[in-house]
Amino acid sequence: MADSVADIRPLFQVRDLRLAFPDMTRKPLFGPAPQTEVLHGLTFDIPRGAVLGIVGGSGSGKTTLGRVLVRLLRPTSGELVFDGREIGHLDEAALRPLRRRFQMIFQDPMSSLNPRRRVGSLIAAPLQLHGFDRTSQRVDQALDHVGLPRAFRHRYPHELSGGQRQRVGIARAIAMQPEFILADEIVSGLDVSSQAQVLQLLADLVRDLGLTLAFISHDLSVIRRLCSRIMVLHLGHIVEHSDTAALFDNPQSDYTRELLDAIPLPDPDQVWR
Amino acid sequence: MSAYLSIRNLSAVLKGAPKGTPRLLRSVSLDVAAGEVRGLVGESGAGKSMIGKAVLGILPRAVQVIEGEIWLDGVDLLRMTPSERRRRIGASAALIPQDPMTALNPSRRIGPQITDRLVDILGWTRADAEARARELLDEVRIPDPARVMRSYPHELSGGMRQRVLIASAFAAEPKMIVADEPTTALDVTVQKQILRLIAQMQARHGTALLFVTHDLGVVSKVCDTLSVLYAGKVVEDTRVRDFFAAPGHAYSAALLAATPKYTDPDAGLNPVPAAVIEAVQAEVAAAEAAWRKGGAHG
Repeated sequence: MADSVADIRPLFQVRDLRLAFPDMTRKPLFGPAPQTEVLHGLTFDIPRGAVLGIVGGSGSGKTTLGRVLVRLLRPTSGELVFDGREIGHLDEAALRPLRRRFQMIFQDPMSSLNPRRRVGSLIAAPLQLHGFDRTSQRVDQALDHVGLPRAFRHRYPHELSGGQRQRVGIARAIAMQPEFILADEIVSGLDVSSQAQVLQLLADLVRDLGLTLAFISHDLSVIRRLCSRIMVLHLGHIVEHSDTAALFDNPQSDYTRELLDAIPLPDPDQVWR
Repeated sequence: MSAYLSIRNLSAVLKGAPKGTPRLLRSVSLDVAAGEVRGLVGESGAGKSMIGKAVLGILPRAVQVIEGEIWLDGVDLLRMTPSERRRRIGASAALIPQDPMTALNPSRRIGPQITDRLVDILGWTRADAEARARELLDEVRIPDPARVMRSYPHELSGGMRQRVLIASAFAAEPKMIVADEPTTALDVTVQKQILRLIAQMQARHGTALLFVTHDLGVVSKVCDTLSVLYAGKVVEDTRVRDFFAAPGHAYSAALLAATPKYTDPDAGLNPVPAAVIEAVQAEVAAAEAAWRKGGAHG
């Protein structure tokens, strides 16, 4: 493929992105509630083909940032450019044709998969909504991709294990042939062996399908295995954004060091200050 | 030294399941001495929480213990009447639960949620119980205990709520505590503080602690001994130092290899190989067959 501007331009360009919510705890009896800013002017790019890890403690804004990227939330100010196009202020109708191109995998597959629908129809529904043809074939392909037997299309979510359910979540996202996937804590509910399987699968798919991935997690060990770059969020600020190796070898911020020190290694000789 | 908690050949089944259905717990045996922390690890569904619940007498109605003994401080809980058992467990054992969001009653203040059991079960006066609660909140390093006792759970952070539950677990000076994934809902920096706090409290009070977790990193920080469960069967029972030096069972070795380790980018997160799963399943099936043959069971 010939190089063109479109190929080398980052998939996401984010400039001074801010998000504020009305703070209902401080709302006066009459009049509007005061605004509380939760994302304080974030600036970063996500290059095409990158696997970006977003880490931070609870309340750091990592999930909120993810929701802004895929436009489940509308930013209060700043630029949010997807593939050269400003999407921060588009309304739902204008976003609809773009939605296929950025997909999301959720943390808890038990609450993100409708318990009353079978796996096949769960994967097919977004395809039909976006006017894909041959949906049945596409469902089979998606199941093949995530390593589930095609017969699983007849099962209900409760008949699957946690790892299998998360595979359905991944199948549903990749069936749409997206360019970008946002994965929000998708392995934190799984035990270590299913965690390892799901991460391996995701890494293979990203490589084989040429996807760009943002992977939100509180677990730096998981991020290290999967991601090429890491962004550390703390209280709505980016405190560090660097290559994975650089971050682990030479963390720049105190908060990153604190996060690293707090991870319990499977090693009884680790000194925990 | 005899163990404070001693579980012997404990087997449980799903009530009403057809004959020949595999057991949920398969002849589980383990000991926890006073002052000892025993880790209980395994994948989801392995039965680790169920063992903790059996010790505390809070198994779901659908689960039936069919054989075995649970010795707590020299008496077999399974040979007592339900009311005797409740009194015994209430006076000598406590739980640190997983989810600090759901374990506290959202519509009641913190204070009474700690003092209730002292007043109702141990017959303390309200004033004594409140003094004790303030002391405990101070011990788990909650600033301004008097104010926190008047607070509602939603006014506290996740880490603070977990501190309250730890204080509450230690309130009646139990000799036995079951901690069921007490830090899974917390982020790593808070997890570190809470694990350290549990370890300090346990050491200071000389408590026997059964620590249920799926995280071998956590085990290496807080436990002395370890039981590895697969499908309701203990496949390895060992000292923590020996385990991390050389796991004694192929399945536990694979579990360790699946545990992420950020200091080594090439280690960890390796899925448990299919051959290891097949081998441990065969081992469990063989033990199940031998057990059926041995007794007059279903």
